[in-house]
Amino acid sequence: MNLRSIAFSNLRRRKARAAFLVVGVLIGVATVVTLISLTSAMRVEAQDRMEDYGANILITPRTDELALSYGGVSLGGVAVTGRGLTEGDVRRIGTIPNKKNLAVVAPVLLGTVQVKGRPVLLMGARVKDEFRLKRWWKVDGRAPQSPGELVAGHDAARALDLQMGDTVRLQGRDFVLTGILEETGSQDDDLLLVDLAAAQRLLGKPGSVSLVEVAALCSGCPIDDIIAQLSTTLPVAKVTAMREVVQSRIHALDQLRTMSLVIAGVVLAIEALVVFVTMMGSVSERTREIGIFRALGFRRGHVTRLILIEALAASVLAGALGYLAGMATTYAVLPLVADDSAHIVWLLPVGLGALLISGAVGGLASLYPAVRASRLDPTEALRAL
Amino acid sequence: MSGFIEIRGLQKVYRTDAGTVPALRGLDAEVEEGTFLGVMGQSGSGKSTLLAILGGLSHPTSGSLAIDGIDVYGLLGERLADFRREYIGFVFQAYNLVPYLTALENVMLPLAVKRLPGSVKRARADEVLRRVGLSGRAAHLPSQLSGGEQERVAIARALVNEPPLILADEPTGSLDSATADEVMALLQGLNDDGMTIVMVTHNPENRRFFDRTLVLRDGLVECELPACDIATPL
Repeated sequence: MNLRSIAFSNLRRRKARAAFLVVGVLIGVATVVTLISLTSAMRVEAQDRMEDYGANILITPRTDELALSYGGVSLGGVAVTGRGLTEGDVRRIGTIPNKKNLAVVAPVLLGTVQVKGRPVLLMGARVKDEFRLKRWWKVDGRAPQSPGELVAGHDAARALDLQMGDTVRLQGRDFVLTGILEETGSQDDDLLLVDLAAAQRLLGKPGSVSLVEVAALCSGCPIDDIIAQLSTTLPVAKVTAMREVVQSRIHALDQLRTMSLVIAGVVLAIEALVVFVTMMGSVSERTREIGIFRALGFRRGHVTRLILIEALAASVLAGALGYLAGMATTYAVLPLVADDSAHIVWLLPVGLGALLISGAVGGLASLYPAVRASRLDPTEALRAL
Repeated sequence: MSGFIEIRGLQKVYRTDAGTVPALRGLDAEVEEGTFLGVMGQSGSGKSTLLAILGGLSHPTSGSLAIDGIDVYGLLGERLADFRREYIGFVFQAYNLVPYLTALENVMLPLAVKRLPGSVKRARADEVLRRVGLSGRAAHLPSQLSGGEQERVAIARALVNEPPLILADEPTGSLDSATADEVMALLQGLNDDGMTIVMVTHNPENRRFFDRTLVLRDGLVECELPACDIATPL
């Protein structure tokens, strides 16, 4: 028998009041957990979708010349001054402090080759990364899986009269056509895509790349920092952010998170009120009992602790149940607010946070009732004396 | 001061919306250790107020109280609560058992805040429950006990800390005469073992158990039996 066992006996034998307290806190915690886990799941989904949008950072060789193209109309060839980019530069991209924010790094080598007597744009790329970056690419056939395979853009295949399985001779080397890109309405329709190393050999540019496309995960990622880090790491390169896309994504996620935090705050305030009202009611109901405790030699601190133990025990239990209820609700609700690619993220900090916050809210909200109980005059509380 | 309980010039004035109500008006008394003291008097005579002050529950407006040489209301802060726990065993008129605790748990209550092993607390509570004849009712809630049994649990609770002083407020007030006699016999047995008991009662029949009986009137000791007699029912 100690204060803890008295508190637990009270909770156990006054089930209705304890249940009211637990359910009150549970609903609050479950709501907060649902909001946070839904937001997290939607954020992950949004991050995945960001990659669907393609690169949001473009790295090209630094040049002093002005662009001679506008709106997709080119008025001259690519003029590059100074040193171009190399695969060594690509490797250095992976050394920046914010490397964990880089989802895809896709080096590309561009050049022209002759096919059936006609000049054609050749793109050499790490095929897997390029397809990951350009998720809108749809291939009739399959992507190249070896250095001897290629994929043709929709218009290129039509102009060159290429069929699936054809052997295409490029600069004296044979490549098998494994797929044709569906029409994209972009420059991709005109190109032939081969493995980066193969393109380097064909174009006589071993180790060179023309540009690097980077997709950064940007749910709160420091895009300006990443740009600065890339510029420092690659002084020969021009690093350009597709800022509007990035910032609109960040803004949308930030709004969602802010809204969730506001709602969570309101719910926690209501939860605190429930605990406060319940504990005040409990203290009033137990005035006589508190008088007995005091008459038997309990210090004020003992009475305060007794009330707080009860509130904390009920609140932490409610926190644990609320976390489970919140995750269950997320399972039920997520398919209604996100598409099939969204999946629930079990976050340990959210679980621990649910316990800590429910305990803190329960403790703080019952502090005044507990202190009030401890200050009851024993004789008035007992009324018998 | 030489008595176990020394009361000097005790005054207690209650302040209400209607004005001040004097409950004790300079009461003096001295009680030796091991005395079974009865306190009688009409309603409003100051009996319960005296008991509350003796128990360290209600500060007197003026005057002093010493128990076992301790200036009770000179104790600072929570020392008064500690004093209640170590020196006083209360037996209330309405039993005042905690409804959600079993008889055994109610008896263990005064030990709850003491740093003792749980087994020691339980052994002590078992012992006093056996002493009051309720070993077989230890696991019962107060609502499952008769009035006499609840009174016995209340007495066991008062005894469990082995206090030198028991304060009992009308412990037989709501019991039938046979059960009341059992409870009084139990208290007398404790007194025979050397415990000092101060008991407030309306029932003149209880006088036969007391070593001394003070009669209060209007907040003062009117007389001590048998020097005076109680002519009118209290």
